[in-house]
Amino acid sequence: MSLAPTWQAARLVLQRDLTLATRRWDEAAQPLIFYVVVTTLFPLATTPDLSQLRVISGGVVWVAALLASLLALESLFRSDVEDGTMEQWVLSGQPLGWLLLAKVLAHWILTGLPLVLMAPVVGTALGLPFSAWGTLMLSLLMGTGTLSILGGIGAALTVGVRRGSVLLSLLVLPLAMPLLIFGARAVAMAMDGESPSGPLQLLAAIFFLSLSLGPLAMSAAIRISVEN
Amino acid sequence: MLADGALFEARSVNVWRGDRHILRDVSLELRPGQFLKVVGPNGVGKTTLLRVLCGLLPAESGGVFWKGQSVSQRSDHWPVELAYLGHQNALKGDLSSVENLRFLNGLRVNIDIDSINLTLAKVGLLSRGDLPTRSLSAGQKRRLALGRLALSGAALWVLDEPATNLDSAGVALVEQLIAEQVARGGLVIAAAHQPLLDDAVYTRRLELAA
Repeated sequence: MSLAPTWQAARLVLQRDLTLATRRWDEAAQPLIFYVVVTTLFPLATTPDLSQLRVISGGVVWVAALLASLLALESLFRSDVEDGTMEQWVLSGQPLGWLLLAKVLAHWILTGLPLVLMAPVVGTALGLPFSAWGTLMLSLLMGTGTLSILGGIGAALTVGVRRGSVLLSLLVLPLAMPLLIFGARAVAMAMDGESPSGPLQLLAAIFFLSLSLGPLAMSAAIRISVEN
Repeated sequence: MLADGALFEARSVNVWRGDRHILRDVSLELRPGQFLKVVGPNGVGKTTLLRVLCGLLPAESGGVFWKGQSVSQRSDHWPVELAYLGHQNALKGDLSSVENLRFLNGLRVNIDIDSINLTLAKVGLLSRGDLPTRSLSAGQKRRLALGRLALSGAALWVLDEPATNLDSAGVALVEQLIAEQVARGGLVIAAAHQPLLDDAVYTRRLELAA
């Protein structure tokens, strides 16, 4: 007998997590609900005047997306480590980084992608012009993807820590600052009618950097936590 | 050098936890068709030894060898030859028995639904194959975890207290699965407190002392 191909193993992990999410959809929907609620609160707390809201709309959507994607991160690997599944993954002989990346991809499909798709709706409610939709969605697409990977590294490092959510936020938020700055800047430039390609390219660079190094960091962190 | 006919071997394994010297110069070897029972009081390091043997925990000195090759050098065939059952069953409560076996065993080798059903019938869970495993009893979950081993087709089984939570029929099932594995020429290492195939000719004992 020989080892199953890696792509097949990664597909099984992805499929498993999506199946699990359909049975626990209330947990999966949590970040999206948080996102919509937070962005709705801003006009109530500041002003319903669209011309004033428009100025902060890009930043508000970005901050809300950043916090929403942090929400579900803490539990990303915890249940798999606690019930012994992770030990079996480590022993499976498959490259652990690919399995964890598949798990992060499932997490992104469930929490990041809905935020991207919902962005024009919440943006419009804040007076974001139609011309900035594309830039907002593209920047969030790369931003939430990077956040899922960065968060995966943080979750892997804190998986052995009881109530590690504070530690996780402290680890991930500083790394997420550049995303917030470039993302919000890109949206602001698009609203002003300038070309947002500069900040968007920087976002893409950060995304590919974390995509290439993230799996290595995650698998190293998980191996340490499984040793205990 | 590889001892004559020994497939699996551990040579003077030492492990410290903090300043506690848990495993002192533990050596063992197993030939095809042998069952090694690891015994000793609680906290003596049985689980630690099994985790070292699997490669989950690095030994501070000494080595573990499969077919004469160190298991720490990752090769493609060693993971396929090894099946490990720890304290945890590695089951997801929201998935059915069939899905649990498919998602976990499928990572290693290709499996089909017929062999899954055959395994479920063997461990007595066929009629519950589509129920979420959180609705199973603790003993039934353990049976399902044993089914994962039987389905794995691995040559070496490493079992940590396999009979936990099992009724007498369940213990008989463990003995039957081990006996079948040994009869196939496989190897089994198990840590156990209760009698487990103690009188069989192929059973050997390794006693860990504090």
